[in-house]
Amino acid sequence: MSTRLARGGRLIDRTKAVGFSFNGKQMRGFAGDTLAAALLANDQMLVGRSFKYHRPRGIVASGAEEPNALMNMGVGGRFEPNQRATTTEVFEGLRATSQNHWPSLEFDVGVVNNLAARFLPGGFYYKTFMYPRAAWKHVFEPIIRKSAGLGRAPKGHDSDRYEQAYAFCDILVAGGGMAGLQAALTAGQAGKRVLILEQTAHWGGRAIIDGDDAAREWIAATVQALGAMDNVRMRLRCMAAGVYDHGYVLADEKVADHTPGDGRPKHRLWRIRAERIIAATGAIERPLSFAGNDIPGVMLASAVRDYVVGFGVSPGDRTVVVTNNDDAYHTAIALVEAGLAVPCIVDARAQASGALVDRARALGIRVEQGRAIAKVRGGKRVTGVALCMQAGEGAILAEIACEAVAMSGGWSPVVHLWSHCGGKLVWDEAQGHFRPDATRPPTGHDGAGMVVCVGAANGEGLAQPEPVWIMPQGAGTALKTKMWLDYQNDVKVSDVQLAAREGYESVEHTKRYTTLGMATDQGKLSNINGLAVLAGALNSTIPQVGTTTFRPPYTPVVFGALAGESRGEIFQPMRGTPIHAWHEAHGAYFEPVGLWRRPYCFPRGGENHAQAVEREILNTRANVGLLDASTLGKIIVKGPDAGRFLDMLYTGVMSTLGVGKCRYGLMCNENGFLSDDGVVIRLSEDSWLCHTTTGGADRIHAHMEDWLQCEWWDWQVYTANVTEQYAQIAVAGPKARKVLEALGGIDVSAEAMPFMTFADGVLGGMPVRVHRISFSGELSYEIAVAAGQGRALWDRLVEAGAAFGVMPYGTEAMHIMRAEKGFVMIGDETDGTVVPQDLNLGWAISKKKADYLGKRGQERAYLARADRWKLAGFETLDGSVIPDGAYIIAEGMNGNGQRNTQGRVTSTYYSPTLKKGIAMGLIVGGLDRMGDQVEFNTVAGGTVRARVVDPVFYDKEGVQQNV
Amino acid sequence: MSESVSALGGASFDGFVAVREIGPLGMISLRVKPGVAGLDRAIREVVGTGVPAQRRIEVLGDRAVAWMSPDELLLILPYRDTETAMATIGSMLAGQHHLAAVVSDARAVFRIEGAKADQVIAKLCPVDMDRLAEGEVRRTRAAQVAAAFWRQGEGVTLVCFRSVAPYVMGLLKHSAMVGSELE
Amino acid sequence: MLTLECPYCGVKAEETELAPGYEAHLKRHGPGSTDEAFEAYMFARKNPKGVHFERWRHAYGCGKWFLAARDTATLEVFGTYPAQSSGPPAELIEKIKAKRPDWKGF
Repeated sequence: MSTRLARGGRLIDRTKAVGFSFNGKQMRGFAGDTLAAALLANDQMLVGRSFKYHRPRGIVASGAEEPNALMNMGVGGRFEPNQRATTTEVFEGLRATSQNHWPSLEFDVGVVNNLAARFLPGGFYYKTFMYPRAAWKHVFEPIIRKSAGLGRAPKGHDSDRYEQAYAFCDILVAGGGMAGLQAALTAGQAGKRVLILEQTAHWGGRAIIDGDDAAREWIAATVQALGAMDNVRMRLRCMAAGVYDHGYVLADEKVADHTPGDGRPKHRLWRIRAERIIAATGAIERPLSFAGNDIPGVMLASAVRDYVVGFGVSPGDRTVVVTNNDDAYHTAIALVEAGLAVPCIVDARAQASGALVDRARALGIRVEQGRAIAKVRGGKRVTGVALCMQAGEGAILAEIACEAVAMSGGWSPVVHLWSHCGGKLVWDEAQGHFRPDATRPPTGHDGAGMVVCVGAANGEGLAQPEPVWIMPQGAGTALKTKMWLDYQNDVKVSDVQLAAREGYESVEHTKRYTTLGMATDQGKLSNINGLAVLAGALNSTIPQVGTTTFRPPYTPVVFGALAGESRGEIFQPMRGTPIHAWHEAHGAYFEPVGLWRRPYCFPRGGENHAQAVEREILNTRANVGLLDASTLGKIIVKGPDAGRFLDMLYTGVMSTLGVGKCRYGLMCNENGFLSDDGVVIRLSEDSWLCHTTTGGADRIHAHMEDWLQCEWWDWQVYTANVTEQYAQIAVAGPKARKVLEALGGIDVSAEAMPFMTFADGVLGGMPVRVHRISFSGELSYEIAVAAGQGRALWDRLVEAGAAFGVMPYGTEAMHIMRAEKGFVMIGDETDGTVVPQDLNLGWAISKKKADYLGKRGQERAYLARADRWKLAGFETLDGSVIPDGAYIIAEGMNGNGQRNTQGRVTSTYYSPTLKKGIAMGLIVGGLDRMGDQVEFNTVAGGTVRARVVDPVFYDKEGVQQNV
Repeated sequence: MSESVSALGGASFDGFVAVREIGPLGMISLRVKPGVAGLDRAIREVVGTGVPAQRRIEVLGDRAVAWMSPDELLLILPYRDTETAMATIGSMLAGQHHLAAVVSDARAVFRIEGAKADQVIAKLCPVDMDRLAEGEVRRTRAAQVAAAFWRQGEGVTLVCFRSVAPYVMGLLKHSAMVGSELE
Repeated sequence: MLTLECPYCGVKAEETELAPGYEAHLKRHGPGSTDEAFEAYMFARKNPKGVHFERWRHAYGCGKWFLAARDTATLEVFGTYPAQSSGPPAELIEKIKAKRPDWKGF
């Protein structure tokens, strides 16, 4: 039995009891306990089932490297899977359940996989379940998903909140053990701006357990000294997860994991920019590979020490220590000093000597040299071990009864932060581990090394193990199929050896084939043992085999922290016009246009969207409609060279535009393809205002600045993006003029304000600019007013328009009305491969200009070919609407056995005005094909016949708009 | 004549700092190169200060002028005074290449008030607040949108585009929530 | 994630405040240019492992375009300079040559 000791526990507060539950069972722990410590104190040895074979698994480690004790934490909106019991602090009311078992932890049907283990060797995913193909989807996959895998993803909304924060420092110290504290102190005293992070809830790292009184006093004094420095910031429960380019570090702070519901953010993701990073991340002890090393009760020697000394928890009355180095003797000594029995230290080395060995012997502990564990006895917990010679094949020499096994295969420096951004490693033969190669560090913005490893992370002060990769070294198949390398992914010595036999020589391939070191392990426990076994199987050496790549994050970071504040209402910016609140209040159905939300239509009564759109169009054509056009881009271009600049930017000529006049313009990129369009107005002798599409405002402004700053930097032109300064309202329809006249102010008569002109003035008491332009084909005014008065103007127009039957219309009505008029839309008729000539817009291209952006591109021979797809109108013979995205089929098949095509639809609608389907599209020959009958494919699989027609379906003469 | 209204009508939130939407403020974007004849006089006339140096904001009472780029200044003044200011700029820079545009309504302005205002900014902007000088204006992004801010009194003044004012208010509320102080 | 100092406003900006603009110092070929020259201008881009000159815009800052020299493999930044330059400044070239003796030059 594991149990709480009567005394001891440097990390716990025995005056503060804490109640929690595991699988519904009520348990008690102390403040300062990790969940793992508290579970062991309650004799909960069995904590989970393994990934593949569903073998019983217990706690192996005491930190982030724990492979087995992954728990479901919390319930409902606070449910979180895959939380390590070893890094979870116990709090009152904590509710944990084990995962990866079915139906229960104690009785799990998946354990049959264990019996079938020889059918599930390394790479089994790639070998099995291939045939019959249909069986994968309906049989294999559902069963595997049910019985394998780690925790289940939470289903509900996360009740917690998360945030992110930026931090900057000269020196970032990752790790708050003695090495880290010393580094922070040195840097702090040198006046550097220091940030020191520690992933656990206490400073001092292993020294709290392994250090003497003097060490612990030094820690306390140093923490105090650092706390008093203004230039040093310290954060506990904050894990440096990854190092990225130019000293960028992500760190995950568990702000309120241990105090859920107290209103604080659960996690905070720190986005740190450090000039230099000191990785004081310590080292992780390695398991030994002996048969049954995964049975609950087999633990890392350092973890046993942590539980005994740190938490006052006994792993069992009798613990056998097995090791290839001196360090594990600390554990034996600590156990005996705590009043527990160590029946034997099984030392694989032929000769064990030194101070620690002597001390153990002096305490009366039996030390067996050159011995190994042949196998661990027990099922759901350890009952004993069988000893053998390390040099042999496993013949049993003796049986020792025990409740726990403390193993140590040596220590691996935690080099993850060194490696994330390209730091190279060197194999240290003497210490039996990879450590940072100081001559090949990851480099930063200045080309110098940006990460330094100190202390154990640099391989300093670690015990020198004798290389023992398999125990016993001559073990046969029966033993090797029970030696676990990777507990979490159920990878055994035999799997890696099989991979080698099957030709996997690259360590990266072997990792993926066997799943060794995947998932949350990321090489923490399994890496070196796996490499050594692979090297052995290949008759190679560890440095030749090399290591796998360490990738961030060091330990998993919860999605909530990565999302930070980007949830719910502020998931992304939603741009609203100054009139947005009115639209909301009047039932608008919104559609996203870039980040804008624009009303698509305004349904009334029981109308569906199509009915609302139809009503809005018919009303606009018969009476008058209002469109919120505020989102259109508005860019002022001013200066002595502004006209010349606009002539380069647009395909047409803008320099000759008269003051007070409007002109439609097209913009192309250097490839010649259409990029944007809009109405340009001339404000004064040296200034113009360019309207862009809604999506184009920022892009076109950036495009202008690009050419002004990088190509024509001697031209005197300034631009200003004033898109949001104005609300813009289109008043369109035969009664539009009457509405404006009812408001009173500026003269909007046909004589005073002809089509394609504008004027500044006052309307309804508000300073406005009125443009006589039309995108609907109706008599139309677009009124710009300061955004802060946009709502007031809209309200006045609604009020004054009531007598004339005014109704707002949305973007869909706008789209259909422009299609009825044959006006093209950027993004519908264009897709980045269409030149203006394809859209019969040659009239908007100046033939006289020597140059404009895109002119050279448009001169390429292939754009003049007769088989270009060009714009035409289409009407189905039966009046139906051509499906969106439909292609015009042609004779024959292409090389892929698909029908040839000769064009496609670009805009297709039911026209309420004309009571039939209308469409625009691109077709070989364009308008030359007028009168031809063609076939569009349909979603259902058939085709629909249509006639090629003029794309201007409505009021070709412009009678409606020119009144 | 209708009053111009700010994007959020003066919304506010009390967290570990106080967040208030203020304004509308008068704002003029002035594209001009430093040293142009008449510029110093125009700024003196309209704001009452000198032309700000790189990344500086000069504040005088309810007026200010901020350096936005090597050829762009942002003039801040009472909302109703922009027309007069535009006329002054126009006359003093007559004949000089420049572009002045009123942008009062294109912006939303927030005050983040309290000793820990910096911490709210530190959660949203990739800016080293320790190194932000007194009187420095910083253009950057706040989460996903463009913003500019400077320290003023006990707190920070932050400017963003009008259309994203609700989003920025949401960010500020989230970041200023009691209990989420960084230190 | 890179940091680059904007030569116009002096801000050490991080990549999220910047917009990339690809290769620097391209020469525009407009009407009258040969197909080969136009193709090279539009499509032929250098893709070196090592020293490279790029355009960046301080999009969330002062809005200015600037140019940067950096090593595409190590991400070392040699320097940034204004976009109104027809070639890299001489002292920057010297600095790069000192750090990368094998570099063939701009």
